[in-house]
This record gives sequence, structure tokens and C-alpha cells, in this order.
Amino acid sequence: MGCYHRPGTIDEALEVLADTRVTIAAGCTDLLAATDRPVLSGPVLDITGIPALKGIETGPTHIRINAATTWADVIRADLPAGFDMLKQAAAEVGSVQIQTTATIAGNICNASPAADGVPCLLALGAEVEMASLRGRRCLPLDRFITGVRQTALAPDEMVTAILIPKGASAGQSCFLKLGARKYLVISIAMVAARLVVEEGVIQHAALAVGACSAVATRLPRLEAALKGQPIMTGAGLITRALVADDLNPIGDIRADAAYRHHAAVELLRRALSELATDARGQAA
Amino acid sequence: MTRPFETLSLTVNDTPVTLPVNPAMRLTQVLRDDLRLTGTKVGCDAGDCGACTVLLDGAPICACLTPVAKAAGRQVTTVEGLDMAALQQAFLRHGAAQCGICTPGMLMAATALLQAHPTPTRAQTEAALGGVLCRCTGYAKIIDAVMDVHPAPAPDLPGAGAAVGAAIERLDGVAKVDGSERFGADYTPENTLLVRAIRAPDAPMRFSFGDIARWQVSQPGPLHIFIAADIPGDNRFGVIPAFADQPALAEKHVRLRGEPVALIAGEPGLIEVLELEDFPVSWQPSPKAPVHENRPDDILITGRVMRGDAKAALARSAFLAEAEITTPYIEHAYIEPEAGVAWMEGKTLVIQACTQAPMLDRDDTARILGLPPERVRIIPSATGGGFGSKLDVSLQPLIGLVALKTGRPARMVYSRRISMAITTKRHPASMTARIGADAKGRITAMMFDGDFNTGAYASWGPTVAGRVPVHASGPYFTPHYLAEARAMHSFGPVSGAFRGFGVPQAAIIQECLYDDLAMSIGIDRLKFRQINALNDNQPTVCGQKLQGVGIGACLEALESPWHEALARAKAANSGNGPVRHGVGIASCWYGCGNTALPNPSTIRLGITPEGVLCLHQGATDIGQGSNTVITQICADALGLPLDQFTLIGPDTFLTPDCGKTSASRQTFVTGKAAFLAGKALRETILGLSNMGPDAALSLAHGTLSVSDGTGQRRIDLGEIAPDENGYALAAEETYDPPTKPLDENGQGAPYAVYGYGAQIAEVTVDMALGTVRASHITAAHDLGRVINPLLAEGQIEGGIAQGLGMALMEEFIPGRTENLHDYLIPTTGDMPRITSILLEVADPEGPMGAKGLGEHVLIPTAPAILSAIRHASNARITQLPALPHRVLAAIREAQE
Repeated sequence: MGCYHRPGTIDEALEVLADTRVTIAAGCTDLLAATDRPVLSGPVLDITGIPALKGIETGPTHIRINAATTWADVIRADLPAGFDMLKQAAAEVGSVQIQTTATIAGNICNASPAADGVPCLLALGAEVEMASLRGRRCLPLDRFITGVRQTALAPDEMVTAILIPKGASAGQSCFLKLGARKYLVISIAMVAARLVVEEGVIQHAALAVGACSAVATRLPRLEAALKGQPIMTGAGLITRALVADDLNPIGDIRADAAYRHHAAVELLRRALSELATDARGQAA
Repeated sequence: MTRPFETLSLTVNDTPVTLPVNPAMRLTQVLRDDLRLTGTKVGCDAGDCGACTVLLDGAPICACLTPVAKAAGRQVTTVEGLDMAALQQAFLRHGAAQCGICTPGMLMAATALLQAHPTPTRAQTEAALGGVLCRCTGYAKIIDAVMDVHPAPAPDLPGAGAAVGAAIERLDGVAKVDGSERFGADYTPENTLLVRAIRAPDAPMRFSFGDIARWQVSQPGPLHIFIAADIPGDNRFGVIPAFADQPALAEKHVRLRGEPVALIAGEPGLIEVLELEDFPVSWQPSPKAPVHENRPDDILITGRVMRGDAKAALARSAFLAEAEITTPYIEHAYIEPEAGVAWMEGKTLVIQACTQAPMLDRDDTARILGLPPERVRIIPSATGGGFGSKLDVSLQPLIGLVALKTGRPARMVYSRRISMAITTKRHPASMTARIGADAKGRITAMMFDGDFNTGAYASWGPTVAGRVPVHASGPYFTPHYLAEARAMHSFGPVSGAFRGFGVPQAAIIQECLYDDLAMSIGIDRLKFRQINALNDNQPTVCGQKLQGVGIGACLEALESPWHEALARAKAANSGNGPVRHGVGIASCWYGCGNTALPNPSTIRLGITPEGVLCLHQGATDIGQGSNTVITQICADALGLPLDQFTLIGPDTFLTPDCGKTSASRQTFVTGKAAFLAGKALRETILGLSNMGPDAALSLAHGTLSVSDGTGQRRIDLGEIAPDENGYALAAEETYDPPTKPLDENGQGAPYAVYGYGAQIAEVTVDMALGTVRASHITAAHDLGRVINPLLAEGQIEGGIAQGLGMALMEEFIPGRTENLHDYLIPTTGDMPRITSILLEVADPEGPMGAKGLGEHVLIPTAPAILSAIRHASNARITQLPALPHRVLAAIREAQE
């Protein structure tokens, strides 16, 4: 039976990490779900007792989501409209019970292809701040998650925050999740879309798809194609050809690969339509 | 500080506690084992079911996913802390608790909601409860209760003679809402050994043990280890004695992945964390066929019903439809994994475990352990959902063996994964059928052929093979008929009983073909069913002429809802957009009780010299309500009010055999025994008092009074010498439904009573994504006599939830979906609005006219939803479930 470390400061946590191979625990909603045992296998570093890792802070250049911030915290936070998609995703993570404890940092560290938060964070240009006794570093999220359940985190490192550049949170956003039931469901496919629209024209599009590739991914070709186009006709410009090369879905018990391709395109169109409707509502 | 801590303080239900505890321990374990607060339930240990929901500083969490360290210094609130609040009363008033296993989690999630929103909307309620799964209720009554919380005293129970028909709260409800109900995992006597099993990693395989003794001494504490050779009796069990073929512990060969080969018992703290991977057993793959050497071609049994000449009649039919449909394994997904404890009382082995069939448990366990049946006592724990799977023994012989061999109490609790891997399933079906009709829309003939995968062992395979051909016609007059169903072995999970015994699968193909024919002929789909609905005295496919046939009444009751629903869909479809609305319909019939086999129930009723009225009620109430319904029937037969009844049992030492809770038989069969016992005791009392049949009884202070218009007589119970059971006055009556064996063509009278129903489903289909949402189901069911409308609605709503799951999302894949996040059952957000229509076409045989209901309610739902999908989208689904990718493919196929 391993030790259970529950430090009160980041420095103490980093010392534990430098000393021992530990399992970093935050919400524990993935860790404890993965075992039949009555205890979390140790040694464990529980980071939820560190006040400095809680909450969302707005700095001069970035919005900082500290590592132990829960989905419930995100839902309650006062954030720009670019974060609406993240809030919508937060409300669809598992259940209210899961949202109360599960953390956003845990979502990215668990690195599931179907992680609800990842497409939104990609569309927000998220960077991941990591720390160890060796120092701090930052990686863009798409370089932090390296594969199915794989990340760039070194054994002595922990995620301390997710940073959203202020410029990347501009515009309006929405998140659409497709599953075979309403609550407590693993996505078949999901999309996050954030658009900066000026006078009816898309100035910037940040689009990401989850559960349709090993790691959720942005869609650079489609984003480029939409730039400069009128928002009202944006959805109609989305074709399978613009999306297909960026996705590599698998077939599994939830859906076959061809369906996922199809669903991703359809969900992207709907996300664009939804944002267009919102834009029209605001213009009116 | 970073050092590990050894004691930990938290506040639980306003009481500070300090515990020596491993900080990495799940909070559920600490609450249940250390603090003995067993109201918090464990359904999955993975956050998938929400049964363990507690409040941490007022916010709902899954206690199973919370290391207790995170609760340090904080306030934990469990169901025991609710103090019978208005919310709990609302649950009772609305019938929101059936089996009760999800109830604590529901109550806690609702408490958090109500703190934030004292008068929540339906959407807020659905979202707040979306993380707690319920398999019994279909959520409707739970949501109603949460939206109707106000202090209200429990209503008075109806007086003498007014129990039947009253929508009373369940008589056993309080323990379900205050957390005190004792389920299989909730009782641990002192000094109990925990038992785990070594299980087969795959199947079929042969195995041999290495040096077990050496492994045993190398472990960190003392262990007891048992293998098949330690079993003193006949190492096989099965619900049908003639087919019993499943070993309690495999001997040399496993047919089922997860089959146990050895038991390890010891102190709980040691056993819980023991590494079993290095247990000395070696596995070798073994040849694939046959599953059982004495069953050639893996055919367990074939059921067949033949009437007239179906082939010739089809050949000359004006209209013909045919289909091939497959359905998958379906998991019962009750929220309580199997659990129980066994101990010795002198020479008697006592087992308290979740079950639907105490007498079957007793007999199977006694045979395996080489004990006479009277030395095994089964005291069923509360059962957290069963739906058929808890008819078969699971851990009873295993914990029985350990208790018998060690003399110590022995306890076993299946994990969700084990429960899903090794307990029974609904049979996967591969069916073909052809139905013909004449130009006027009258059915001419039907042929049905189905393979039902019964898995590695027999279980209820013979019953499914028998029931399917009897029922596959649906409740329709079918003059020429040939149906064959085979129970086929495979090295897969054992298929057993699941609400409907194969009939829900068969109804899917039959109702699909009825839609085909109605559309070909150009007749309204409801009208087509009405043309063919079975009438009194018309022979069934078994040649049985029935009375009290209620399908016509059910279909008639749906006429207005049908036309309204069609009009709603038409209006909604007038616009553009990817969402299309559709309406579908399907029917059911279902024979109550065993198929042409005896299945008696016996009820004992007695009044003690002190004047306590005791009902020995041996029917296990797994949430469906037999404790309440049977008492209601008995009360009115006797003529005393409900509130004077004391319920005893079930307990094989205290209650006569009421058979198993299956086949929708308890209200009918045990209800009839209760009716007869009540009448018999009443007649004894009337005889003693020389009063006429209409006299009124009353019981108070040890004196029974009998009065009619002319006078009153008093019977002093204290003066009557008690019988061997301690009763001054008593009656015991047995009822066994009259049936007639089926001949080689399936002709006979398989059931004494049938129940009937029909449902309309309204759905929306997203034509671009293939997603389906059921918005409304109207369910008309003929109960013969409605004993308790509140409980009847609960059965309907719960059956619809399971039928909806079967239609849209449920597919058990061995080794892949052995958890409740890959295996999906409906949540609060998936359920349609349900309108129940209860009809009473009295049955001449049933007690006060009553018929069974429990399984009927599930049968029409899936075919009605599939019918509605087709109406909306033209997609004809032939592989279940109708997952989005399958629906989309079927839409495209229909468009080509």
C-alpha cells in the first residue's frame, strides 16, 4: 500500500514528484473508475488540497484555469462568450456528480480520445503549463496530448494550469456532443466551434472535432476555407473533403468509422448554423 | 503537509467523526464499513450509476470516486441524514421507489437540486438526476416526486373491504426511502470472511492447478481456499432440474468466461487487496465444440407450435410480408450487483442474499452442498432489481460452501464487472418470419423460426424455446401457424430469464410484419391490428379458447390517442429541417405463470391469541410491489383493513412456498392463494360466529368482533388454543393455475390467464444523424382488475424504460461492455412522457379478475418505437439496437 500525499502548496507537491513515482490525483473520476479495488492504488499525490491550484484567474495576457479547477467551477465562472463552448461541454461531462469533482486538467491528462473538454480547449488555443523542480514550461495543448492516453508530461512534472491567450477567446462559440443517450454518455462525435465575425463576415474560425481521431484535432483546412466568408452561408461551405483528411475515426461499439466522418461534418454545419443564428439575433 | 496521515476527521450527518483510515480508501467503503451507514449504495464503483451519491459540503458527488482524504475536514451528508424530510414523503406518495436501490442516490441528488431550486422545472430535475440510474421506475414517478415536495402526512390506508383498487403507497416503502432497507451487501455479521473467486480468463478452456498450498502460505495472511473437489454434494445447478448443468465451481473445463474455479476466503482487509493474478492455475484453450457433449449440434431444446397448414395458407395469401431480424444480448442492469452473506445456526446453513426465488436457491444450494433442503434456510435480502436474472443462483452455493466448511459467516459481493460478465442475459435472437393476409386485411397464416443463443449453460433456455412459439403470433387470431424456436448453446454468457422470456424479441418481428402488411394493403396500422385482435372463444395458436381477452379493449382505448398522435406528427412534419416525427403501435399478450407446468403458491394467514393478524407472504418483492398487492387482495378477501396486517417473510423457515417472482405470476398465482386464504379465514370466523357472508369483521385488543345488521358477536382469541404455528385462528391455501400440457404440435392450454396490452410510441428521428428521441408513449394495458393503480403505473413506466433501452441503445458485448458506461441504459433525459391507460377486462380465473402485468409492459415498447421510426423516416430496422449509425444506414437504404 502506497503513501497518500496531500500537500498544501505546489512546491511541496513538486518535491514529492521529484522524490517518488506517484499517481497524480485530482477529481479521481477516472482513476477510481479504472479499478475494482476499494482503494486508490498508491503512491498517490492528491493535488486538491493546494489552494493555489484552484479557480480561474484573468491575467493581462491570458485567462488561467488552475489545474484543480472543476467543471462545476467552469460552469459558474464569469467568462467571455468564447468560453461558452467550454461551459456547454462542462455541463455534458458525465453527470452533475462528476462535474462537481472532475477537473479540466484531469480531462487533458487522462487523454481520452473522447475527452469532452479537449475540442473546446483546442479551439481556445489552450496552452498547458507544467511544473517540476526543474522549472516551468508551457506546451500548446495539441503538443501536450501525444496519443491515446499519452501526454508529454514527464514523470516528475505536473500540470499547474491551462492558459487561454486572451486573443484566442474572442468571438462566439458553441459545443455539440453526439451520444446514444442524454446523460452520462461517451461521445460518438463532438465539435467545438468558435467564430470571430465582423459585419457578417467570418474573420477567424477555430474549429475542433473530438472522438473522431486518436486525439481531438483542429481543422485547419476548413478554418482557412471559412475565413472571409459570410457567416450566413458558412455552414453550406462545409464539405467532407475539407474535413476528412484531418480525421481518422475508428469504428467501435458506439458507431462505425464512416458514420463518425459523416456525423462530424453534420455537427460542424449545425454548429456554424447555430452561431449564425446567434449572430443574426445579435445583429437584430 | 506531505506526509501520509493516519487518522482523519470529517463530519458525517452533522456528527464529527475521527477515523483511523487509509486516506486513499473510497468514501463509500468508509461510510458503509467503518461507519455502518449502509444507506449509501454501491452499484458500479465507477461513477456510472450514481447510487452512491452523497453531498460533500452540500454538493453532490459519487462517494465511490472519492478518496476519503478529500472529505477530511468537510461535511458529508448521506441518506441517513435526511430525517424523513418532505422529499422522502413525496417519494412514498408518488411511488418513486420500487426496488429502492437507487433511491438513496436519487434522494441525495434531489436534495442538492432542491437546495438550489426549491421549485425546480422538469428540465432542471432531469438534469440534476441524470447521473443516477434507475432500472425499475422509468424515472417518471421520481421526477414527479421531486417536483412535488411539500410536507404532507401519509394518507390513511383504506378501511376494510376497500383495499383493492386503491392507489396506496407501498406497504414496505419507508425502509426504501430512509436508507434502512437491507440489500444483499448491507449486512455483515461479526467475524465474517470475505470471499473472492478465481475466474476463467476466457472460454472454452481446460485448467489445472499448481501448488495451491505453497501459494497460500506465501500470502500476507491466513486464507481458506476451496476448489470443486471440496464440494460435498452434486456440483451442478440450474433453474430447471432436468437441465441442471452448471457447476458451482468448474472442475477441469470452463465453458464461460468468468466461470469460477476456486474460492479464496479470509479477513476482508486482506481479501479486498489480494493480488489474484499469480494464483497457481494454468489455462489451456480447448476445442470449440460441442458446448455439452450430450447436446448434439449445440441444440439445447426446440419449441414448436403448429396449427393448420401455414405454408399452404401463406402460398395462397393475397399479401405476404417477411423479415429477418436480429437482437443482441441484453443485460438486466439492475443497480444492485449480486451480494449476500451465509452463516451457520447450529446445523442449519442460513443464506441472506438478493434473490427472486428463495425455494430454488434452497434446493440448488442444498444439492450442491449435500445437505437436506430443510437444513438450508434462505432469508432473501431486499433485492435491488432482478428482472429475471436473480432467479438463478449466483453466489449462494459459494458462500454456503465457505460457511459450511469454516463455520464462519462468509460474504461475497460481485463487482459490477463480474456481475455483468457472468450472470444471465436476455437471449440474442436471430429470427425469420413470414405473415400473410387476405385482401380485407385478415391474417391468414404465420411462420416463425428463431435461434435463441442460450450461452454456455441451460438456465431458462428451455422456457424461452417454449414460450416463444406460443406467443410469436401476438394477441391476434392466426388460423394457420408454424413456429419453431431453438435454444442454442454457445461459449458465451448464459442467457436466462429477462422480463418476457424471448417474447419481446419475437414481438419485434411480428409487429414489423404487421406494419408491412398494413402498408401493403393500405389499411391504417391500428385498424389492421383491430381487425385481427383475438376475441373471446377464438382459438389461440395453441388451440386454447380464452375468456376475458382484453386486446380489443386496449386497441379501442388507443383509437383517439392514435389519431391525435398522427395529427401531431403530420403537423410537425409540415416544416423543413432534419427532424421528422413518427408514430408507431404494437401490442402484447403474455401468459402468466409457468408454461403448462405446475407452479403453486401457498399463503398462510393467522391471528395470534393476542390479536395480531399475520400474513405469511413468501413471494419475493423485488420492487414490483407484491408485498402490497398481495396484502390488498388478502385484506379484502378477509374483510379486515390493511393497517392491521403484519407481513412475515419471505423466509423459507417462516413462509410457505410462493414460487418464484417470474412469469408475471405473483399477482395472479400468489394473489389467488392470498384471496383463497383470506376467504377461508373469513369463513372460519363467520362459522364461529354464526354470521352471514356479508358480516363485518373488526379486530381490536385481542378480540375479533363480527357484526351484521342484526347484532354483534365477539370471539375472544385468547381463549382459543393456538395451533402449531401459534395462531388462534388460521388458514392456509394453495393455488395452482389449471393448465393442460402441450402436445407434440404445441396444442393445449399452456396458461390459465393471459394479460394484454398495446402501446403507441411517438418519436422524432434526426434524418441527418440517425438519432431517435421518443417523446411520448401511450400505454393501454388490460389488468383484469387493477389492484393498485399507483404500482401498476410504476410497472408500465419501468417496463417502457427497458423496452426503450432495448430499441435504441442496449447491446451487451461480452468482454467489451461489462460496465455501465459502455453498456447504456436510459437516463432521466431519454424517457418520453408516458400516459398509462389501465383497463379491466375481468379474467374468470384471476383473483377478483386480476391478470399479470410485470412483463407485458415491456413487450410492445420496442416494436412500437421501431414502428414510429419507420413512420418518421421509412427506415426499417432489422438489427437492434437502433443506434444512430444503424438508423442512418436504414434511412439511406430506404431512400435508394
